[in-house]
Amino acid sequence: MQGWIPLIPESASTFSWKVDALYFYLSGVTLFFTLLISATLIFFIIRYRRRTPYEIPRPVAGSHKLETVWTIIPFVIAMTFFGWGAVVYFEQYKPPQNAIEVYVVGKQWMWKLQHATGQREINQLHVPVGRKVKLIMTSEDVIHDVFIPAFRTKADAVPGRYTVLWFEATKAGTYHLFCAEYCGMNHSGMVGSVIVMEPRDFDNWLSGNTGTATPAAAGQQLYQTLGCASCHGANGEGGRGPTLAGLFGRQTPLASGGSVIADEAYLRESIINPQAKLVAGFGPIMPTFQGQVSEDQLVQLLAFIKSLQVSSGSGALPATAASPSPAAAPAQAPSPTRNIR
Amino acid sequence: MIESHATAHEVHGHPALQHHFENMEQQREAGTLGMWIFLVTEIMFFGGMFLAYTLYRSFYPAAFASASNHLDITLGAVNTGVLILSSFTMALAVYFTQIGKQRPQILCLVLTLVLGLTFLGIKAVEYHDKYEDRLIPGHLIPGRSFGPEVAHEGDHDPHKLHLLPGATVRQVELFYWIYFAMTGMHALHMVIGAGLLTFLIIYSAKGRYDPEYHSPVEVIGLYWHFVDIVWIFLFPLLYLLGRHMEHG
Amino acid sequence: MKPIESFELPAPSKVNYMNAQYGLKSWLLTKDHKRIALLYLGSITFFFFIGGIYALLIRLELLTPQGDFLASTTYNKVFTQHGIIMIFFFLIPSIPATLGNFLIPMMIGAKDLAFPRINLLSWYIYLLGGVITIYALLAGGVDTGWTFYTPFSTTFSNSYVVATGVGIFINGFSSILTGLNFIVTIHTMRAPGMTWFRMPLFCWSHYATSLIMILGTPVIAITVLLLAFERVARVGIFDPALGGDPVLFQHLFWFYSHPAVYIMVLPAMGVVSELIANFSRKNIFGYSFVAFSSLAIAVFGFLVWGHHLFVTPQSVYAGMIFSFLSFAVAIPSAIKVFNWTATLYKSSISYDTPMLYGLGFIGLFTVGGMTGLFLASLAVDVHVSDTYFIVAHFHYIMVGGALMAYLGGLHYWWPKITGRLYPEGWGRFGALVIYVGFNLTFLPQFVAGYLGMPRRYHAYPPEFQVFNVLSTAGASILGFGMLIPAVYFVWSMRYGKHAEANPWHLPGLEWRTQSPPPTENFETTPIVTWDAYEFAPREETEVVGKFSGHEEPA
Repeated sequence: MQGWIPLIPESASTFSWKVDALYFYLSGVTLFFTLLISATLIFFIIRYRRRTPYEIPRPVAGSHKLETVWTIIPFVIAMTFFGWGAVVYFEQYKPPQNAIEVYVVGKQWMWKLQHATGQREINQLHVPVGRKVKLIMTSEDVIHDVFIPAFRTKADAVPGRYTVLWFEATKAGTYHLFCAEYCGMNHSGMVGSVIVMEPRDFDNWLSGNTGTATPAAAGQQLYQTLGCASCHGANGEGGRGPTLAGLFGRQTPLASGGSVIADEAYLRESIINPQAKLVAGFGPIMPTFQGQVSEDQLVQLLAFIKSLQVSSGSGALPATAASPSPAAAPAQAPSPTRNIR
Repeated sequence: MIESHATAHEVHGHPALQHHFENMEQQREAGTLGMWIFLVTEIMFFGGMFLAYTLYRSFYPAAFASASNHLDITLGAVNTGVLILSSFTMALAVYFTQIGKQRPQILCLVLTLVLGLTFLGIKAVEYHDKYEDRLIPGHLIPGRSFGPEVAHEGDHDPHKLHLLPGATVRQVELFYWIYFAMTGMHALHMVIGAGLLTFLIIYSAKGRYDPEYHSPVEVIGLYWHFVDIVWIFLFPLLYLLGRHMEHG
Repeated sequence: MKPIESFELPAPSKVNYMNAQYGLKSWLLTKDHKRIALLYLGSITFFFFIGGIYALLIRLELLTPQGDFLASTTYNKVFTQHGIIMIFFFLIPSIPATLGNFLIPMMIGAKDLAFPRINLLSWYIYLLGGVITIYALLAGGVDTGWTFYTPFSTTFSNSYVVATGVGIFINGFSSILTGLNFIVTIHTMRAPGMTWFRMPLFCWSHYATSLIMILGTPVIAITVLLLAFERVARVGIFDPALGGDPVLFQHLFWFYSHPAVYIMVLPAMGVVSELIANFSRKNIFGYSFVAFSSLAIAVFGFLVWGHHLFVTPQSVYAGMIFSFLSFAVAIPSAIKVFNWTATLYKSSISYDTPMLYGLGFIGLFTVGGMTGLFLASLAVDVHVSDTYFIVAHFHYIMVGGALMAYLGGLHYWWPKITGRLYPEGWGRFGALVIYVGFNLTFLPQFVAGYLGMPRRYHAYPPEFQVFNVLSTAGASILGFGMLIPAVYFVWSMRYGKHAEANPWHLPGLEWRTQSPPPTENFETTPIVTWDAYEFAPREETEVVGKFSGHEEPA
């Protein structure tokens, strides 16, 4: 941990110093006013202590001017706290483009992580310095929370939906990863590490850990074995079911009127509960896969569907985030392209 | 400085005056305000359930329409009429008490009670129908968990559930969960109201209330009107969704 | 000359509310608000000690980084139960049900609350909720955290969630009935001449608290009910595996539980207003601002619940709105602190125990409130959410604030309630020990939290140990400090010096009747012609005049 200042954790992400700066500003201002009020109080307590048993001080009703002053000034100061906090918060929670994607599934009481390039980890996350990393998280059971103090960020991992956490590490090292939402018996044991490596070391690590299929490749396997291809086509071209190629991120009209953006949550829901947001022009014939696919498998299917593109290659269609390392592309993986989203 | 003031010990006032109040006016004011505040807490209590209803209806509109369509609109409408009429007889009872006409007062209270019990009786019939059709949610009835028969194309059996496109049985179960929670809580309040009315009738027969002192009648009248109003919200939200659909 | 004592006091009588009737039935079936207050005092103190024992167990476990003192499931139950008991069975009822019940009728010149039987009913409901919860604790406990987040509480916890939920549900009605009683009483039973703006600020703050009680408590009632039904009937409202939404639970839960913290702190602020004014012999500076700030806190308090959901999938835009409103709700509290401080300017301050607690409140509540600003600030909250920073923040408000005010109020009104004086020297010593012990317990937790120590952790990385050791040392001192008043209060009931009607020489209406008061509070209904905290006649600008012959107010 931090060298001689035991007051803040190591600062290892692009926005951790921003959070710290705000924290120091808050500390400075609040400490100043706390000391001011305390000093005033102590001064008054001593200076105006009772001297004779029956003395009555002169009553003072109040002062509208003073009330206004000490309402306006704290409010203005509070607004600076608000504004600064909101600006940094927006940065903490706005998922970036061009990020390495890692899928995270929390379960009692461990973290399962899978890089988009296929490496699987348990309770550990290897990332390179200087690259944006996006964690797409969910839980298999109860609400968990990924907390990395050194990066000054955390987000809940909620069952039934995906949440996103992102960071860009600035310093190599090993940092705590805590579960920060009480999740039962071994909540305090659900800890791990984020291992930030220099880019070359990270590349070595990646190449030393191939062998597992990328989530997208595993997803393609599932797509076949679960029979999705029979209605949606072997490459997502559609048929009795809607087209999946190029679907991710696109506005999709629904049978009930209105439309929805086909994001991760929509895709997951449509596998678990196909009738919930039926696509316009299609009947309610897709069977539900609830109970037949685990969260890990859903993540893999998602990765595969995200990778499917319309073969004409027209613009504004998303593809999977390109893996930065050249070494890890297994044969089954779809050909990576630049991320246009 | 404390000055002397006529104490409650000297002026005994009305026999119904409680010892901690200065006079009947204060007692009446306190009782009425107390009931209004209690009704506000009831609004917050029912409000939580209305919130759950609103949310899940927006998530699952087709299921809610299918399930709502399946409720017996005739019984629901009759019950609505019964309750509105009972509120009228309750208001009449208060009026007659205020002008000191005891016999019409008791008659109206009895009518209100009878109408309230009628409401509960019709509700019991509806609940029984749900039990028959296996629409009691979850495993509340052991051995008879939620499992209605789903009607297929062209089947007009009223006991079978018609699912609109996009609706699933599981979502319909959620509707019935909310239906039973809300109407059940409402019915509980009706039962309490019936009990309160019984007390009122007994005390009215004993001549307890007169034009000077009748705040229990007024205050229980307030309660009764509130329970009526809750039903007036429940009826359209639960019974009238999707009625424009063809299926009965 | 003793100006304040030149008004007429009733001739002291041997009969008071405590000895007017003897026998268990006369206490258990009483309609006297003062006796009901004592019934509450006993039961609340009982629950406080249970919650306190859980706290000591937590601190013992956390002395070492390993989870070696308690099994992890036991530890999880201990912190859950500490929270539930302290919040629902101690903090929420404490000041309103003991001091509020006892004093509000007296402060407004009434003989009792508006609905005495409902007052007694609220105590029985409180007991029933407490008994059911204790049953749940003894039967095996509950381990969901006092926040009962789903789906852990609906589906995964193997503990007595439903029983505890039922206990809390029932206890909520006690709160609702108390609030209802206070509102009606303050509206309809003020003595002649007691206008709204002549009421002590203690009454204003209880009025605001009661608004929250009646509007917020029904929502937690229905939430806990839905939770229990879901756990029993397995229908999905909150469980995503059944199609429900776990974040919905959090919204419903915090919609009450945030205003609940204002239920805990507003009465405390009312007590502090009394302490500051009366022990500095000066009216509160900016009386109407302090009165309205209580109402503002009550209203705004309902608009900020989303600040507990900043790290959930709640939208970032909603987060910004809640952050803004959370800063807004801090301003009325700040206004109170400034007004209390201004009151002390050119006043006449005594160092009696109640004043020490009142001053302690101002200092500690200021720290707690300032750290609340950190949490309202979105970016910092993202980092410190679910860490010990949060734990330290709310304990500063709840213990450093509410508990200190409660103790201050107990000391202040002890002569009125019991007719006895507590030993002043021991009082001051106890206040000091509690203050020191409290700060040592919770100040290190701010640092541990920002460093990243998560809360609800049974075992933790070794670098956090130093803070935990300091904290446990402080907790031991704090625990010892709590025992001191417990002992001398009980001692004083038998051996304390008898108190006269107005031992502190104050103008409040509650001091114008004997100590302990007669059952009907006043011999004759007072007619009020003076303001709250009126120590000297309004026309006089100088000290020490006779109090007699007071003119009618303009």
